[in-house]
Amino acid sequence: MTRLTIEQYLPHHPFFDGLDEEALALLARCATLVHFRAGTYLFAEGEPADAFFVLRTGRVALETRLGTGRQVLDTADADDVVGWSWLVPPYRWTFDARAVTETSAVAFDGACLRERCEADPALGYALLSRVVRVMSTRLHSARVRLLDLYGDRS
Amino acid sequence: MSAATVAPARPAYPMLPRRFQVLSTHHDNHDTLTVQLEPCDGERLEFAAGQFTMLQVFGVGEVPISISGDPRGTGPLQHTIRDVGSVSHALATAAPGQVLGVRGPYGTGWDVVDGKGGDVVLVAGGIGLAPLRPALLEICVERADYERVALLYGARTPSDVLFADDLRSWAEEHRITVEIIVDRGEAGWTGRIGLVTQLIGKVAFGADRRLALVCGPEVMMRHSAVALVARGVDPSRVRLSMERNMKCGIGLCGHCQLRELFLCQDGPVLPFDRLEPLMSRAEL
Repeated sequence: MTRLTIEQYLPHHPFFDGLDEEALALLARCATLVHFRAGTYLFAEGEPADAFFVLRTGRVALETRLGTGRQVLDTADADDVVGWSWLVPPYRWTFDARAVTETSAVAFDGACLRERCEADPALGYALLSRVVRVMSTRLHSARVRLLDLYGDRS
Repeated sequence: MSAATVAPARPAYPMLPRRFQVLSTHHDNHDTLTVQLEPCDGERLEFAAGQFTMLQVFGVGEVPISISGDPRGTGPLQHTIRDVGSVSHALATAAPGQVLGVRGPYGTGWDVVDGKGGDVVLVAGGIGLAPLRPALLEICVERADYERVALLYGARTPSDVLFADDLRSWAEEHRITVEIIVDRGEAGWTGRIGLVTQLIGKVAFGADRRLALVCGPEVMMRHSAVALVARGVDPSRVRLSMERNMKCGIGLCGHCQLRELFLCQDGPVLPFDRLEPLMSRAEL
């Protein structure tokens, strides 16, 4: 998996499932391979949100800063998609993302993607609907966990 | 249903508890314990994985508790109890030598042998791992008869994770894929944080003869079942262990009624195709 080029990798990823070759090629031109050592940050709260990441290997913790330290809210693993603030004005990260383990990812340039999506609304819709799916899954997870279900069953 | 998992015949006096003596109690985490019981009359209680008993502390009360031990083993009867109420507290603090009442076993089992020759996925939430443990122990005994086996386990925090030694053993000695995810992390935790249903999309399934066993809070089971069906598991082969207020255990009192079902007898383990229309109705 790690030896695949971006062009080879994208068609096999479920996030991009259904996109044609032309769309994938456009997206690939906005993408680079990146690598993070354990403990380093993919992005930090408040900074410009200029990318999103498709994790190829490793684990990333999405966390927020508290007065008493940091709280991990979610983790993401291989094949997960991280980051949607690049789509939402004012394009600032709302959480920190820390590599828990050595992590490699495909990073997509947010400004480049926005430009291509504005020029090609069909591509924009296709990409947005996929990002919304990721957002929906995360929202569902957060809502169910708010119920604190495992505290109830005896 | 195979001969190995056939529930024993109902005793002549089903409301009459048998006497069992507490052998020992093992702390699984900060509020959950496994109590080991030995029959005072020496006759082992036969049970099928997934069944429950009514456990009684004389003078305090009686509660339904799933059996968490090995259905094929010769050791003591095991129940894993969360210390959250007056009866469960009395059970959790019962001293070695104390005599408890045991009625049952009651209800339907997992019939995990139906998964032989195919992949089995077990999805557990919280203390829902305890009723699944007998099924896992049964798989371990005949591991070669199953293809891929995966346990997806969601817990509140890392400190709430049950059966740590078993989890290690199932993964290392029995080729069971064990994936743990917690609602909230703690210092030093480098594992997954999120909802157990997220794991269903990541585990490898074969195309045929898939069997899924799910146990945990009802909301978690419902979402897990939907995710399993979306992954291609036939709803009739997604089995859930339902929990209601079991009281008599023999389908007479109606406390555990779920529309036309008496869960103490018709359940607790039922297929999702039977449960789906009932689970989607509020306050049923």
